[in-house]
Amino acid sequence: MRDGQPTVLPGFGLTLGFTTFFLSAVVLLPLATLVLLTASTPLRQLLDAVASPRAFAAYQLSFGGALIAACINSVFGFIIAWTLARYEFPGRRLMDAVIDMPFALPTAVSGIALTAVFSANGWLGRYLDMAGIHVAYTRLGVILAMTLIGMPFAVRTVQPALLEVQRDLEDAAETLGAGRSYVFRRVIVPAVLPALLTGFTLAFARALGEYGSVIFISGNLPMKTEITPLLIVIHLQEFDYRGAAALGFVMLAASFVILLTINLLQAWGRDRMIRRAQ
Amino acid sequence: MTAAAAPAGSLAELASRPGRETPLSALARRCLIGISVAFLAALLLAPLAVVFAAAFHDGLQAYRRTFADPDTQAAIRLTLATALVVVPVSTVFGLAAAWSIAKFEFRGKSLAITLIDLPVAVSPVISGMLFVLLFGMRGWFGAWLAANGISIVFATPGIMIATLFVTFPYVARELIPLMQQLGNDEEEAAITLGAGAWMTFFRVTLPKIRWGLLYGVILCNARTIGEFGAVSVVSGHIRGLTNTVPLAIEALYDDYDYTGAFALASLLTLLAVATLVLKSLVERTGYRRR
Repeated sequence: MRDGQPTVLPGFGLTLGFTTFFLSAVVLLPLATLVLLTASTPLRQLLDAVASPRAFAAYQLSFGGALIAACINSVFGFIIAWTLARYEFPGRRLMDAVIDMPFALPTAVSGIALTAVFSANGWLGRYLDMAGIHVAYTRLGVILAMTLIGMPFAVRTVQPALLEVQRDLEDAAETLGAGRSYVFRRVIVPAVLPALLTGFTLAFARALGEYGSVIFISGNLPMKTEITPLLIVIHLQEFDYRGAAALGFVMLAASFVILLTINLLQAWGRDRMIRRAQ
Repeated sequence: MTAAAAPAGSLAELASRPGRETPLSALARRCLIGISVAFLAALLLAPLAVVFAAAFHDGLQAYRRTFADPDTQAAIRLTLATALVVVPVSTVFGLAAAWSIAKFEFRGKSLAITLIDLPVAVSPVISGMLFVLLFGMRGWFGAWLAANGISIVFATPGIMIATLFVTFPYVARELIPLMQQLGNDEEEAAITLGAGAWMTFFRVTLPKIRWGLLYGVILCNARTIGEFGAVSVVSGHIRGLTNTVPLAIEALYDDYDYTGAFALASLLTLLAVATLVLKSLVERTGYRRR
């Protein structure tokens, strides 16, 4: 792209006009409504909605659960990406295709299906129950649903990075006498670290906002298994638009920070790539 | 192993490079494959299987009865209508946004890209709420809409616009990097040689981006049909009227009609499987995610 130079290509006015109109009407105007409504809410009312014990319990579950789910996804996402990128085995292509299932499957379906599998008389739930682990209608169930929904993001960001690690570099290191763990720590981990962190952040963001798959397995007990998006829905059902908007504003701010983090991580990853290539 | 037949540098060749396999690395390989399979089986395959097991638990008759229910049929019609409106609009937007962002320089470009990325990062509940704040009974335009007898929230238009907010980015996000990567040279050559704007688009650009476009449309369609959170907030859950298929599943589930809920869920599951198959087919043409 030649910066600032005029191009012979047509359609600039039409396409930019439509894009601007669409983004203003569908994204900017609704967002402005949320921000203005929150800004015009009396402080007292704002604090009642945003800083109530029930809200804090919901933040704790939403942010804490999303954090744990993203950690689980980073570990298993790395293992799965490694398996897909490095090993040839029967069913590899099927496994590769199935990774995107949580993305393609409607969240309501994954919600009721997870609940059925992990409830006290479910296929896996009955064995976990015998071991004293209760998944359905507990915080553990919330984390499980959050893990399912974030999993594709963790795998799909690490997988291409693992494929790009120069095998020659690994071979060279081994030929020069480096052990496998040394190669792993000094060659592989540095190369995939930006991707791993990006995947972590994406999985965290997805888990934080998730609604459909969580509400079926969580049981939705206030102060215990109630996530922040559900609290927003409850405010809306009570026609408390200001309370809902204030909570939405808190989550929106978190999403902005996450988007910013992802952009910074990707810039960092590109810089590292360029420096390594030099 | 097919390693002998695999071309040099391919995955199979790399994976089975002679002399690299030690007893320890073979053990590691088995363990890692085992962990991956177990994790995916518990988290993905068991829920998928349970959908069909529960749907057919009471036999084929009960399964069919769900689909004979008028409320279920209304939900299917509403979901199809929503997809018929939202997916084409998202496609047109994606093409327009990608053309302006990938081919031209203008101020505010990064803002436009951020606004396109935003709905993907935001909770679907917040996406739905935005339109309740605008068009709901106590929303900004609520009184005016009520006075004029127009209903958006708790009606079909609200469902469509909330779904659009959540799913419009998918085509654009696929096309923008693709068109940036492909560059302008061929389009500029066509225009210079006297081709019209639309001819250039249909004969030069569209053939180049067709797999990316199809990929984006497939993802957009899957999200549109399955959207739950945003639609749940604006729909009002009126059976036979404003329930989409995912909301109808919730309604059946809350009524303890598990057979019905899972029967309807099996329909969406089949659709999700079809989406993945189509996606793999597109990827096999050589079009890959970056």
